[in-house]
Amino acid sequence: MRDVSIIGIGQTPVREHWDKSLRQLAVEALLAALKDAHVDEVDAIYVGNMLSGELTGQEHLGALLADQLGMNGIAAMKVEAACGAGGSAIHAGYLGIAAGQYRRVAVVGVEKMTDLWNGNVAAGLAMAADGEYEAANGISFVGLNALIMRRYMYEYDLVEEDFAPFALNAHTNAVNNPNAMFRKAVTLDQIRKSKKVADPISLFDASPVCDGAAALILSRRENLNGNSARAIEIAASTIATDTLALHDRQDPLWLRAVELSSIKAYAQAGITPQDIDLFELHDAFSIIAPMSLEAAGFARRGTGTYLARDGAIAIDGKLPISTMGGLKARGHPIGASGVYQAVEAVQQLRGEADKNQVQNARLAMTQSLGGVAATAVTHILRGKG
Amino acid sequence: MAEHLASNWRLREQRYQLIGNVCLKCGAKYFPPRQVCTVCRGTEFEPYQFSGKGELYSFTTLRQGPAGFENYTPYSVGMIKLDEGPMVEAMLTDVNDDELEIGMRVEMVTRRIREEGERGILIYGYKFRPMSE
Repeated sequence: MRDVSIIGIGQTPVREHWDKSLRQLAVEALLAALKDAHVDEVDAIYVGNMLSGELTGQEHLGALLADQLGMNGIAAMKVEAACGAGGSAIHAGYLGIAAGQYRRVAVVGVEKMTDLWNGNVAAGLAMAADGEYEAANGISFVGLNALIMRRYMYEYDLVEEDFAPFALNAHTNAVNNPNAMFRKAVTLDQIRKSKKVADPISLFDASPVCDGAAALILSRRENLNGNSARAIEIAASTIATDTLALHDRQDPLWLRAVELSSIKAYAQAGITPQDIDLFELHDAFSIIAPMSLEAAGFARRGTGTYLARDGAIAIDGKLPISTMGGLKARGHPIGASGVYQAVEAVQQLRGEADKNQVQNARLAMTQSLGGVAATAVTHILRGKG
Repeated sequence: MAEHLASNWRLREQRYQLIGNVCLKCGAKYFPPRQVCTVCRGTEFEPYQFSGKGELYSFTTLRQGPAGFENYTPYSVGMIKLDEGPMVEAMLTDVNDDELEIGMRVEMVTRRIREEGERGILIYGYKFRPMSE
């Protein structure tokens, strides 16, 4: 196995990009990453995306983007794992280099969601779950998260308000991120009063429909070409799975894939959860934040919301999360989110996070989930710090 | 969403009768039916008809529906723990949202799930309603 480093990052702002197509967004992010890495070619491109066929009528993104980037001839492919596609594409790129096949690869996560109406997007997203037994019964992806949240509140004696600090933290951090979708500060009162989408989930518990692309350039450690000062090591890259359908879980309130991929990642990096300086978790819905904190080993079962209540998740807290706004407020362009997380973690580890800089950050963990964590992809990045 | 007749027809035993299966090696019961037992990895099964009775594990009311369901909102769905063990997810019917409660006894009924426009097919399946004591 060869050591793998991230030598370049690029991202488009997360927006409703009515004037830009999927390919334009992806190429924009890739060009930015190549420029940041000071390189002009790669051996392969891995594309993280979930719904390009369904939402934009375009598949075969590997060949498309290699071509549009002026690099046709190189290896390229799309990696899909629902909302975990971005993290999965990083894992695939990492393996390509770790295995010795490639010296340098580009990873791009991209999703173009706003070309269709919301009902079509919701139907597309429901494909992350079991099409025959969940989506076919009218149970949307929001619905699945609402079913978990209701039971979680019942088991652990919580109310909706106990989850509000997660949304507040995400929106507060997004204010200082020029690439975030929502840059206006919100108040606890606004969050409390927001309308229900699927009880107990309200608007502020759910991430927005949006467009965006983010990219990384990965390289063998011995081929850093003058990039060594800013290179960030990938100390761990792991994937684990759980039942696709929520109804097949022995314990629907425990994210088993998050637990498994986290444990494998800590072992691979040779660290413990206490060593992590910041955690970009998959806060597509408020409920997933505390459940991720629990399954990843940062809180005991049922106590994940306490970390938010006590301020531990803030930039200056013990375990900052969603430091650039998270999926909630930076936005969640599905297949791109896992790559945005890595881009932001690199910003933190390089000390380029500006007003949201986590002091002395050396180890960052990112976690990209597919479906209700039927896929969990965990990365641990190590800076020089 | 694929809307060929066959994709609905082949699920008729599950949708109309709640037929799952039981592993012949270890006795684990499944709904929906499986090809490989997740307990013992056995691959020999026989059909098993569930009673359709159980209790409500969780529920929600959807204010926005995915494509194909947008005309039915708001509607309630739930996770139902069947008396035989497995959990199913389904729409809830014959009940007001504010009467729903975790732990309430519910039973399966066959209902129209949705229709595919004027010229399309009608899709029937299971829903759950409060059990009449």
